[in-house]
Amino acid sequence: MDPVSALVTLTNFVLIPGFAYGSQLALGALGITLIYSILRFSHFAHGDVMAFGTMVVIFTTWGFQAIGITGGGVIPTALLAIPVGIAVMIVYLLVADRLVYRFFRQVKAKPLTFVMASLGVMFVTNGLTRLFIGTSERRFEDGERFIFSVRDFREWTGLAEGLALRSSQAITIVTALLVMAALFWFLTRTKSGKSMRAYSDNEDLALLSGINPERVVTMTWMIVAGLVVIAGTLYGLDKGFRPINYFQLLLPMFAAAIVGGLGSPIGAIVGGFVVAFSEMGITYAWRRFFTHLMPEDMAPDSMLQLLPVDYKFAVTFAILVIVLIFRPTGIFRGKSI
Amino acid sequence: MSVNWRNIGLFAAMGLVLVMVAAFQSWQLALTILNMSLISAIMALGVNMQWGYAGLFNVGIMGFTAVGGLAAVLIAMPPVNEAWAAGGLGAILGLMLGVATILAAVVVYKRMTPGRLRGMVIFAVIVVGWLVARFFFAPATQAIQAVNPASEGYLGGLGLPVILAWPVGAVFAAGAAWLVGKVSLGLRSDYLAIATLGISEIIIAILKHERWLARGVNNVTGIPRPVTRPVDLQPQPWVQDLAGRLGWSVSETASILSALGYSVLFVIVLAILIWLAEKALNSPWGRMMRAIRDNETAARAMGKDVTRRHLNIFVLGSAVCGLAGAMMVSLDGQLTPGSYEPLRFTFLIWVMVIVGGSGNNWGAVLGAFVIWFLWVQVEPAGRWLMEMVTSGMEPGSDLRRHLLDSASHMRLLTMGVALLLVLRFSPRGLIPEK
Amino acid sequence: MADPYLIGDAMTGGYGGADILHDCTISVERGEIAVIVGPNGAGKSTAMKAVFGMLQLRKGMVRLDGTDITGLSPQARVRAGMGFVPQTGNIFPGMTVEENLEMGAFIRDDDISDTREQVFDLFPILRDKRAQAAGELSGGQRQQVAVGRALMTKPKVLMLDEPTAGVSPIVMDELFDRIIEVARTGIPILMVEQNARQALEIADKGFVMVQGRNRYTDTGKALLADPEVRKSFLGG
Ligand SMILES: Nc1ncnc2c1ncn2[C@@H]1O[C@H](COP(=O)(O)OP(=O)(O)OP(=O)(O)O)[C@@H](O)[C@H]1O
Ligand SMILES: [Mg+2]
Repeated sequence: MDPVSALVTLTNFVLIPGFAYGSQLALGALGITLIYSILRFSHFAHGDVMAFGTMVVIFTTWGFQAIGITGGGVIPTALLAIPVGIAVMIVYLLVADRLVYRFFRQVKAKPLTFVMASLGVMFVTNGLTRLFIGTSERRFEDGERFIFSVRDFREWTGLAEGLALRSSQAITIVTALLVMAALFWFLTRTKSGKSMRAYSDNEDLALLSGINPERVVTMTWMIVAGLVVIAGTLYGLDKGFRPINYFQLLLPMFAAAIVGGLGSPIGAIVGGFVVAFSEMGITYAWRRFFTHLMPEDMAPDSMLQLLPVDYKFAVTFAILVIVLIFRPTGIFRGKSI
Repeated sequence: MSVNWRNIGLFAAMGLVLVMVAAFQSWQLALTILNMSLISAIMALGVNMQWGYAGLFNVGIMGFTAVGGLAAVLIAMPPVNEAWAAGGLGAILGLMLGVATILAAVVVYKRMTPGRLRGMVIFAVIVVGWLVARFFFAPATQAIQAVNPASEGYLGGLGLPVILAWPVGAVFAAGAAWLVGKVSLGLRSDYLAIATLGISEIIIAILKHERWLARGVNNVTGIPRPVTRPVDLQPQPWVQDLAGRLGWSVSETASILSALGYSVLFVIVLAILIWLAEKALNSPWGRMMRAIRDNETAARAMGKDVTRRHLNIFVLGSAVCGLAGAMMVSLDGQLTPGSYEPLRFTFLIWVMVIVGGSGNNWGAVLGAFVIWFLWVQVEPAGRWLMEMVTSGMEPGSDLRRHLLDSASHMRLLTMGVALLLVLRFSPRGLIPEK
Repeated sequence: MADPYLIGDAMTGGYGGADILHDCTISVERGEIAVIVGPNGAGKSTAMKAVFGMLQLRKGMVRLDGTDITGLSPQARVRAGMGFVPQTGNIFPGMTVEENLEMGAFIRDDDISDTREQVFDLFPILRDKRAQAAGELSGGQRQQVAVGRALMTKPKVLMLDEPTAGVSPIVMDELFDRIIEVARTGIPILMVEQNARQALEIADKGFVMVQGRNRYTDTGKALLADPEVRKSFLGG
């Protein structure tokens, strides 16, 4: 019996990675939820837009490194490149809005037409990303790799079980918290943020109050640009960059947004963590954890893994199905049905 | 009817383009394009039923196609007796226990009063059932996969004629569609889209990783074909005779004949489906579907069970996709789950339907031909373009190599632009709904 | 005769299909309350929306203080000094009472706290509920939020579409009192009312609309006294 080791194992293999992944999903889901509540459609291009933004960050990182700007070996250079990525994505998304979505807004097209248009944007964005950077995996992490490594941890504590905190994980969690706090501050404390919420709440009355819808839409895309670039870069630092992986984030991100309640920012965050921890918990092999908790001679001999990692989509999907059956409005009662 | 002439003209133009491919490139290429166009046309018909008739947005075409393909393996491949002996019973028992677990959970949910106790009982049922099922399932599948893993390591199929797989593929897809539809129809329209995206990812994951079922990413090859293979045609005297008369090589003649055989089969299937689809569209049922699509609220108010109607048509459309998936696997003679990409199978079909004209069956078919043709031809065109652009550069330069490599990605861009242009400037497509 | 402060003059138009309004005129004079009554579906709300520029007129015009504003967008009319409380969807349900008022004052760049205090003085209950989501209030309280929101721009004219809908008789009397209070501060009020008798009692001018047309137009008192009007529209 060694509960401390059990806890350390759990933290190392489930809690820390889960928090990091959950933060990434939450940032992605926040973007989806914002677009849903302001522009009122499901943004299928989200994953690919994220990939494109991350690609810009990667190119900028390489450029910075070439001219000698780096994070000083401490923080990843990519963090310094994020503002450039955001600036480019703001332009990209606003151009996409002007060329594609605005027309459908003007003719008051059905929501599914917007979804279809976002499929078109997805294709184009995906094509551009592949065109510029290709399809293979890129690693762009530099700087210190660990806040503390397994060895450090063992030396400090004298425990047998190891615990490591990778820089990318710590940066992900801290950055995500800061971004979420900033977003909430913006939405609840500033006039512009409130006008966005008002528009999402009651579009017609927002018009009658003199709120300019085009301005609200523009602000939304700008915030989304920030969210996708940050989420994408954090994900890439943590797990490496491959365009196809970003496309595949679409399902967990949508699941997070729906589970939390589509249209509810808090819901998106909670949903992100629910999805992340479910995926981690169900695909994690619990043997080591339980071995520590049981008397030596009772150690389990199977892996105690409920599902192989290949089926993490199935976990996401199962959560989605459960929510759709029992509470279609999501945990935080977003805009329903 | 002048409209009809226009449509016939469009199809004739498409035919002419294919003939030109035959003349300037090769007959084989033209027939390859034709056969895949026919299969795409069938998928597009299925999607058009869902989208065009009922306004349902299915993003899981890839998954429905893949289960259809699975049917080809399960029906047509010979059974692997050794594998059955090694673990067939255990695998089946495990699966049945899994199903029983879900049923038990549902029964508990229905019978017990809501509350914390019910939640805990359901949880316990699922965990225990899961563990028991895995207890039988895991060793059985291991045993199956250990049987001659280089070429088999799976249970094989029933060894029946492959044509039978086509309707069975449709049934498989229909089953999957029923599950998804039951859950997500009747809610907001985008939920169906997301749910279908999910189910198709799961189907692909199962096909890739359950090696005992259809060898996973190791692919099943050598699936029996409904049409005589070129190698078997070559020795036939009449083929050699024909080759001599046409002045072609025997092997070329044989493969063209074989491809033509597929074309004939596919055209027959497509013709039957179009006939049925047109009849359905113009029947009272079809009119009701469109009435529901155009004004759901009014239809509901008139007492129509909209969700049920939607479920019907969603299942039907997905079945057609499954049929096409089985046909495609029997055309290729192999099931390669690794190649099932959403961008190709799902979104390409969508572009076909939108470009062709949603709501019109002929439009969907034409769209399939046009878009598949572009899909095949844009890549060489892009390469040619890139070669022109880079011809002035140094042969070894990185930029030049990068540009040449990237030509293959041009097709995604082209498809996206085509979709956006049609949505914006001609939302009713090439052949608009009547 | 000088032009009324706000007038929708001989308006004809609808929502794109058949015309709903036919040569319909409604107006309000400075410092007065004008009331529009009529059966359900008569086009009262449509007339209000037309005056506020929310639907295209085929004929007729809208003038504010003598200037033609027919071509202005609703937002521009807000800036020109018009306030409107629509019949439905007249609050931001997900936002707090205070935020609702703040959004009402969106176009203002100056300090809005005085106006907010005035609204709180007018509807004291809102002061207590200021941090609560407006969607969680009772129907009567919501109507107060709605009127309060419209007052936040310091409008020069206020248009109310059934401010007392779904409100108990006691609260209704109180709301009417408040509306009179607002009118006393010099803001002309143009309102649609289902409770015709009470509304006409406080009205300087009344319009009876039927099927998109003006049927009777007179002072509130005269309409109340008119036996025809009483018989058909006031239930005897
Ligand atoms: N958005 C709309 N689009 C099309 N027609 C509408 C719309 N709103 C109202 N109508 C039609 O206009 C007519 C007048 O409606 P309006 O809402 O103006 O009536 P009202 O007098 O305000 O009735 P009530 O007392 O019930 O509020 C009705 O026949 C209605 O069906
Ligand atoms: Mg009304």
